[in-house]
Amino acid sequence: MMRALFIFRAGVAALGAVLPGLALAADAVGQTQQQPTNWNAIGMFLAFVALTGFITRWAAKHTHTAADFYAAGGGITGLQNGLAIAGDYMSAASFLGISALVYGSGFDGLIYSVGWLVGWPVILFLIAERLRNLGKYTFADVVSFRLSQTPVRTLSAISSLVVVIFYLIGQMVGAGQLIKLLFGLDYLYAVVVVGALMIIYVTFGGMKATTWVQIVKACMLLAGASFMALMVMINFNFSFNDMFAKAVEISPKHGAIMAPGGLVKDPIAAISLGMALMFGTAGLPHILMRFFTVPDAKQARRSVFYATSFIGYFYILTFIIGFGAIIYVRSNPAYFVGGDNIKGALIGGNNMPALYLADALGGSFFLGFIAAVAFATILAVVSGLTLAGASAISHDLYANVFARGHSDEKTEVTVSKWATVGLGVVAVILGIMFEKQNVAYIVALTFSIAASTNFPVLVMSMFWRGLTTRGAVAGGVVGLICVITMILLGPTVWKTILGHPAAIFPYDYPAIFSIPLAFFTTWLVSVTDSSTSAAKERDKFPAERVRSETGLGAEGAAAH
Amino acid sequence: MTINPAVARIEKNPKYQELVSRRSNFAWFLTIVILVVYYGFIFVIAYDPSFLGTPISEGSVTTIGFPIGVSIIVGAIILTGIYVRRANGEFDRLTQQLIEESK
Repeated sequence: MMRALFIFRAGVAALGAVLPGLALAADAVGQTQQQPTNWNAIGMFLAFVALTGFITRWAAKHTHTAADFYAAGGGITGLQNGLAIAGDYMSAASFLGISALVYGSGFDGLIYSVGWLVGWPVILFLIAERLRNLGKYTFADVVSFRLSQTPVRTLSAISSLVVVIFYLIGQMVGAGQLIKLLFGLDYLYAVVVVGALMIIYVTFGGMKATTWVQIVKACMLLAGASFMALMVMINFNFSFNDMFAKAVEISPKHGAIMAPGGLVKDPIAAISLGMALMFGTAGLPHILMRFFTVPDAKQARRSVFYATSFIGYFYILTFIIGFGAIIYVRSNPAYFVGGDNIKGALIGGNNMPALYLADALGGSFFLGFIAAVAFATILAVVSGLTLAGASAISHDLYANVFARGHSDEKTEVTVSKWATVGLGVVAVILGIMFEKQNVAYIVALTFSIAASTNFPVLVMSMFWRGLTTRGAVAGGVVGLICVITMILLGPTVWKTILGHPAAIFPYDYPAIFSIPLAFFTTWLVSVTDSSTSAAKERDKFPAERVRSETGLGAEGAAAH
Repeated sequence: MTINPAVARIEKNPKYQELVSRRSNFAWFLTIVILVVYYGFIFVIAYDPSFLGTPISEGSVTTIGFPIGVSIIVGAIILTGIYVRRANGEFDRLTQQLIEESK
């Protein structure tokens, strides 16, 4: 049986199924059916591919050094990087998933949006500028700044790759399902097309192409969503109260859509999910990598401000879109199986409200545009992820661990390109293997892993003098093992997937336990480490601190 | 690892200590604000969801949950704006002076 909307799950779960009921909500979603071929959508998507192909060709001409390949030569401005970060973050899952959630449950959709946004200020206040000042191409540069390169980079690269690969699976399966729905293409072709385009962008154009693809896509998505929200508001003379009144009248849940529903029941689960979302974002390698593309700390800060603004604005739009869908989609039997808009399901599954709203407001031409934007979105996110994974392989594992820092730049970039091809092939294969799997737990795993491994070590390395190599490695390993064990023993995997009668670990989102455990282990092992190398590492902290606070000695906009 | 002599000079400069303490106080203060607001919101949802379902005025369909949720989003954007403004102005000027003085 074909599982429900993976996209929805990927999105929502990614966010962390903010709420405990989320996984259940996802299970309730309908089936994905192949739709008739939509030529408008295909035409507009081909136009996007042509444009991004042109960008990639331009970027390839200007990509010569490792700094160009990994960090776009450090020449991206704060505004551009802010748009690119927003592009990384505003996935098709969040667009379709959140608007679908608002369509189904009203207010609960807003809870997700808020949870998804509040990690950004924290990244700005504590991480962004220090990351820029200390690192070069990957966040492992920062963690291993004063620690022993081999063990620390190996660990960071492994946890980065785990995060990237799981996230890629979620995106690939989501992409395949979405494309089947929107374009009427076969799942297999859809996954191969995404994999092939992504390999082309990244190997030829590196970070420059990836960044500009993100920017183009972010602008398209913001423009499309703004238009939809505007059309909805115009119909109600910009009165939210009138819009809500109409939605309450039409929605089968009536007044219940105006208050929190059943999504948050258990405070521990809610907080745990909130922690995974908030701190997981700060541990995602493809997000952290974006801070090395700007010339200095000033632009790094600016990019977070722009990113937060665009993302916040976008979430408010998806909210209006969700309510608009209640009004214009729910009331139209044409969008429902058997023409039954009272009890019937939406044709194509529960992820469709935003797309049908596009159709209701702007006809099949606008529907084609929004569908093309959704596809472009997945492509852009997958490219950013793959580049981050390839950098972990080439810059951390190959150049600094295998070659012990004695490799030349050219070989390193070549390794990175082959790593991109390898990751692309792996992503396609896994996407095909996982087609019929429940990917919700995989994506949740991604955020929880990032929050429990990369995040604690990164924060400790920047703020705590006492951190030693042993502490960092122990904390990272314990965080990784605990988070994976807890997820395996939790309700989604142990009970639902493996079919055991009861879960051994009661929560789906272990972040509330695994994050403190990773911090505690890092602290405990560091303070009890009396080796001479540990003493030397602590002595190097003041120099690291000066660089992280002032940017003195930071990697400049180098290489050009 | 070669120790840059400028590093030692910066560390001894009282302005450096001032920069670090002013900026980190400010950053942690804002971090705590956002954490309190967000987890406060989650707690209200978990323990008293009907509160957010109260109409904003007599006879209105709009409930107070909406302005509160949207305010958190807008507030998060404003907080980042406040931090960037001060960091890119005051703190960066102080940093620039420090680097000049350490030469």
